[in-house]
Amino acid sequence: MTEMAEITVENMVIDFPVGGSLFRKNYLRAANEVSLTLRAGEAMAIVGESGSGKSTCARAICRIYPPTEGKIVVDGVEITSPDFKWTQREYASKVQMIFQDPFGSLNPVHTIRHHMARPIRIHNPELDADAVEDLIIATLERVGLSPAKQTADKFPYELSGGQRQRVAIARAVAVGAQFILADEPISMLDVSIRLGILNLMDDMKKDGIGFMYITHDIATARYFAERTGVMYVGHMVEWGNSDSVTQTPRHPYTQLLISAVPEPGIRKERKEMAKKADIPVRTPESRGCPFADRCLQAMDHCKTDMPPVKQLEEDHYVRCHLY
Amino acid sequence: MDGTLIPKTEPLLSCKGVSVDYVTAAGNARACNQMTLDIHPGETVGLAGESGCGKSTLAFAITRMHNAPALISEGEILFEGRDVLKMDEEALRKFRWSETAMVFQSAMNALNPVITIGAQLTDVILAHKNVTPAEAHARGEELLEIVGISKSRMTSYPHQLSGGMRQRVVIAIALILRPKLIVMDEPTTALDVVVEREIMDELYQLKEEYGFAILFISHDLGLMGEICDRIGIMYAGNLVELSDAKEILENPQHPYTAGLVSSFPTIHGPKERLFGIPGNPVNLLNLPQGCNFQDRCTKCFAPCKLTDPQLQQVGADPLHFAACHLHDQSPEDAT
Repeated sequence: MTEMAEITVENMVIDFPVGGSLFRKNYLRAANEVSLTLRAGEAMAIVGESGSGKSTCARAICRIYPPTEGKIVVDGVEITSPDFKWTQREYASKVQMIFQDPFGSLNPVHTIRHHMARPIRIHNPELDADAVEDLIIATLERVGLSPAKQTADKFPYELSGGQRQRVAIARAVAVGAQFILADEPISMLDVSIRLGILNLMDDMKKDGIGFMYITHDIATARYFAERTGVMYVGHMVEWGNSDSVTQTPRHPYTQLLISAVPEPGIRKERKEMAKKADIPVRTPESRGCPFADRCLQAMDHCKTDMPPVKQLEEDHYVRCHLY
Repeated sequence: MDGTLIPKTEPLLSCKGVSVDYVTAAGNARACNQMTLDIHPGETVGLAGESGCGKSTLAFAITRMHNAPALISEGEILFEGRDVLKMDEEALRKFRWSETAMVFQSAMNALNPVITIGAQLTDVILAHKNVTPAEAHARGEELLEIVGISKSRMTSYPHQLSGGMRQRVVIAIALILRPKLIVMDEPTTALDVVVEREIMDELYQLKEEYGFAILFISHDLGLMGEICDRIGIMYAGNLVELSDAKEILENPQHPYTAGLVSSFPTIHGPKERLFGIPGNPVNLLNLPQGCNFQDRCTKCFAPCKLTDPQLQQVGADPLHFAACHLHDQSPEDAT
């Protein structure tokens, strides 16, 4: 069997220095023991509140900053090992990122053609001008920006948010990226065009592109991604098959998250799902489950021991002492 | 026909044919076209639509908070029978906040970063009521407690609070003079779902206690379906559909509403491919003849390209209105 392309993250820990003195730095633990697998042709959604470490994980996978501990393996190559010799450019041709704000991610003084041509030229210096142009047109067509020739001549301000986000996706695809890390790609777009972008990315999965879909909207995670991971304060608390995670949530935090999703026409009864407490700040010294302070079912050892990973079903894992 | 046919009480706020134009060098962009909408005491009315459809413009028009280039070019806005558009500066100053308060989109920017929460709360009371600073302070503390923030936070600055807490402070400031109407412009858009849920629950409790009416502006139809009594859908400055919340979500009559409703994947429902709405929002400076939605509509036919559809009663519900030629009565149009 040929090995399927995948990105594996094992026990990744990311600390950020936050003040302190020269010799005694304080650290904030933005991600703690995160393990996940992105497969080609599949999407994995990472769901969580702001500050839960979703984007931090994506940026570490993109090599924007190195993880403090743990390893990231891309296609069998360990990129976190000191022997890893690829340049950032070689790596970027495999793994690309799409950002939340399509208004900020394109340069207002350049045409779409310029935005498309640059990554193509940088990654394929051997291509001549005609080949570059053909690739630009083909890619723009592929992301649904036809007529591509006219679109290429436009400036970003002439495009709507949805069209700009399509340009951002086209840029990632044009360099032949196998994995696209999409950081809230639809949350700044108009509601009526969000689904268009999700459906476009969904179609690209069939071409073998793997997505990491970062979102705070668990309903779109279920819609778009085969697998979903729920993060809370830097910890992956529950992950697995999207349907399994959203329909039978096991971790108290996932249950809280799903109960908060509005459902039209139903005025939900107020049911206390969690204690009111501030979201904790984790440091390397913090112990125990991050949700213990808010959890209604917390036991004594929740505050002292980090729960181990427990497999509940074929593809459904949880980190909670209840199981 | 319009949306004024709710018989129960005298409306608290009544917008009659309100139009707002943005005057630009390239022509006038009509962000709000002949809007007619009533809000009754204690009612929650939702206004939904995409960015640029004019929902926030209407919200600003209600308290006349527009600055140039926005211009209210026609219509009347009656608040308990008084025309807001005819008020002089002094009357307007008294009307704003004590009778209609507003909660803005991002609480991060609505609060002054260099003044404490307490000062911002008491400022409102001191400006409108004849009270001593100590009384105002006590009232401010009381309100913070009501919205679930410890009164020790009176001395905090906005940056010391989380996004959810800041939004609660903004709601407290809106409630402080016990207004009869609160206009909420995307109050929870920048917040996480869990925080959003907490704030909406609290807001609902407060509403039951104080009995104010809410004009709730959002693009999140799911959230609206849960909290609103009636929902209006706007597209390119026009009110295209208005009905009871449940009815509009279950039985949308305008193709745009139908598209919008099916743009939200559900968390528990069947998992099927959804399509949203094709195309892109129209440019207000370059509106087509006829229906504004024609280019994106899958059911577009001849009359759509000729005349503007008017809001008319549709379906079985006498209070369900839609502006679409598909519901025109004359048989030759109804093909």
